[in-house]
Amino acid sequence: MAERAHILICAGAACISAGEESFKSALERELKEAGIYEEVKIIETGCFGTCDLGPVMVIYPEGTFYIHLKPQDAKEIVNEHLLKGRVVERLLVKEPELKKPLPTINDLPFFKNQVRIALRNVGFIDPLNIEEYIARDGYSALAKVLTEMTPEEVISEVKKSGLRGRGGAGFPTGLKWELGRKAKGDEKYIICNADEGDPGAFMDRSILEGDPHSVIEGMLIGAYAIGAKKGYVYIRAEYPLAIKRLTSAIEQARNYGLLGENILGSDFSFDIEIRIGAGAFVCGEETALIASVEGKRGMPRPRPPFPVNSGLWGKPTVINNVETWANIPVIILKGADWFASLGTEKSKGTKVFALAGKINMTGLIEVPMGITLREIVYNVGGGIPGGKKFKAVQIGGPAGGCIPADYLDTPVDYESITSLGAIMGSGGLIVMDEDNCMVDVAKFFLTFTQDESCGKCIPCRVGTKRMLEILDRITKGEGKEEDLYELEELAKVVRNTSLCGLGKGAPNPVLTTLKYFRDEYIAHIRDKKCPAKVCTALIHYEVIREQCRKCAICFKNCPVGAIFKDEDGTYVIDQEKCTKCGICFQVCPFKAIKKE
Amino acid sequence: MKKLTLEELKKIKEKAQSDLQARSPEGKDKIVVHMGTCGIAAGARETLLAILDEIEKRNLQNVVVTQAGCIGLCEYEPLISVQKVGGPKVLYKHVTPEKARKIIAQHVINGQIVTEDVLSTE
Ligand SMILES: Cc1cc2nc3c(=O)[nH]c(=O)nc-3n(C[C@H](O)[C@H](O)[C@H](O)COP(=O)(O)O)c2cc1C
Ligand code: FES
Repeated sequence: MAERAHILICAGAACISAGEESFKSALERELKEAGIYEEVKIIETGCFGTCDLGPVMVIYPEGTFYIHLKPQDAKEIVNEHLLKGRVVERLLVKEPELKKPLPTINDLPFFKNQVRIALRNVGFIDPLNIEEYIARDGYSALAKVLTEMTPEEVISEVKKSGLRGRGGAGFPTGLKWELGRKAKGDEKYIICNADEGDPGAFMDRSILEGDPHSVIEGMLIGAYAIGAKKGYVYIRAEYPLAIKRLTSAIEQARNYGLLGENILGSDFSFDIEIRIGAGAFVCGEETALIASVEGKRGMPRPRPPFPVNSGLWGKPTVINNVETWANIPVIILKGADWFASLGTEKSKGTKVFALAGKINMTGLIEVPMGITLREIVYNVGGGIPGGKKFKAVQIGGPAGGCIPADYLDTPVDYESITSLGAIMGSGGLIVMDEDNCMVDVAKFFLTFTQDESCGKCIPCRVGTKRMLEILDRITKGEGKEEDLYELEELAKVVRNTSLCGLGKGAPNPVLTTLKYFRDEYIAHIRDKKCPAKVCTALIHYEVIREQCRKCAICFKNCPVGAIFKDEDGTYVIDQEKCTKCGICFQVCPFKAIKKE
Repeated sequence: MKKLTLEELKKIKEKAQSDLQARSPEGKDKIVVHMGTCGIAAGARETLLAILDEIEKRNLQNVVVTQAGCIGLCEYEPLISVQKVGGPKVLYKHVTPEKARKIIAQHVINGQIVTEDVLSTE
């Protein structure tokens, strides 16, 4: 029977952990109970992007978008929406600024302000069904390339599109392919970098989970262009769902003859294998990644020679990021000119970001290059929660930097972001408000890179450690003014002399916070104060005598017995004993505890 | 499975595309079945099933079927409304499964309103 409704349930990682599976089984049960199980089709998709609202689903054809689904909601949805055609209002999004529920997915400002190329199918198709991908023009670009284009024409189309690598550095993809094609050697390789080591980033994982065929098709086209017969997807073991869906997509593509020998009846042959990485940040660096695929320890080596000339097993290897690959089929189908019409002069197309931090809509977005940070934060992301003040965005992951409020109108493109000391990176975008301490933020990222340094070269291994020690002193209120000078000098040495991008990028969070938030460092050093009240050692809790109602709640809750009663029954905090856990501050019903 | 040729890829695409069509109501003829409690009691479920069956049988790709609640005209249930792209919205009364099949053949496919069953037109 023709189905009258398609229910697309998000089975992205965030929705799954929010309980998507138990909701889905409840829904199936209710549909059977109501006797309409056969009339609707349930599809589990990749991440919708609205991770905060999960589990989420859309009922088509209307496009009704339901959020925060619990198993007990299933009955009402079946009885009301599916049987009687009445929208279940209480499960709709309530956009804060609109004050009214928004019934369909297309009405959400979150989606309206996006342009989806790499994410074109994510959340709209069943990633486990190759035919749904084919229905959305999937493998048509491959067919076009194999029947109508020479490898040179493919390369020139990609060059003309202006596509730059989405893995961080922004190297022109077409140029890389041209170098790969020209490189000497009969055996060549294609690699998809799906390591995605940035903390908080999940763009690449979401593409592989939600639309694995777009990456496979991109790799096929790249292989045809450079003349490779074999490709690898390097993906970290922490991404089991992505591995599962990609594995099944590769199998389906093989069954359809879209991978293997003589693809679509042509004389082009290509196949893909998955290589699972243990999840070390440095393994995302291309030379370390190649070592890891070869079965060696993932350590970077100096370049040149670059992988395009001497990569996997010494053979020419073109390595691109997941999102880069996912863009390729669309460029071929819609043409370089169409792609180049999006974005700015030097940064074409769109970029996927993982929005996180102090923002109303955390999740996954794809926006045209050149959009301003302000538009991302306020139009797409819905602004800062709780009426707090915007302070900075951290963009580019551990090698990225913090951009302050003054630069909110900066267009997001490779050059503009780099000129501010940050990097585009692979797409982590963390929004910070007045409650974030910038010294602490710098320390967080430096701790990460310091931990993840492979240790091969001294500037990165030792330099980041010394930098971290200084930052640690400052956050404890033991910093000296000379520390800032030393920190800056060290940062420059590490940046200029490290072997690979990990060490070269590690100082960026420190340098940008020093540049834009120097007064915060100085407050820590000179006034022994943390203006955002984050650094524990510098916080001080005290009872405001006039406000204390002697209720003893703080006294009862203090885990270390640091609170006592003085002669007139007012409570007092023993500063020696206080561990600054903040529990008294949270529990006091009369706001009689002061945090400074 | 045998290897795909270009021709076969195209065929899969056409077939799969019609499947995905169900996910977009734009530019399509709409049939709305009113499924309030009153409608269901009067047999709207059977009507809906007949409509889905007819659409399947005739392989109609440009039609979406949705449901709506009671519109306060309970004595005329089952009610359905049909709106062809660019055409008026026609509300039909007492739509039995047989009438539904007739409405699809005559109105949805041939564009001729089944006047004797019309309750209102807007
Ligand atoms: C320390 C370090 C980590 C990296 N991690 C990743 C990663 O997780 N994913 C990725 O695609 N590129 C990563 N890169 C960039 C890759 O080395 C390489 O430039 C990229 O995969 C090339 O693909 P693209 O041209 O499509 O961006 C990393 C680089 C460095 C220095
Ligand atoms: S690990 Fe790359 S520079 Fe040290």
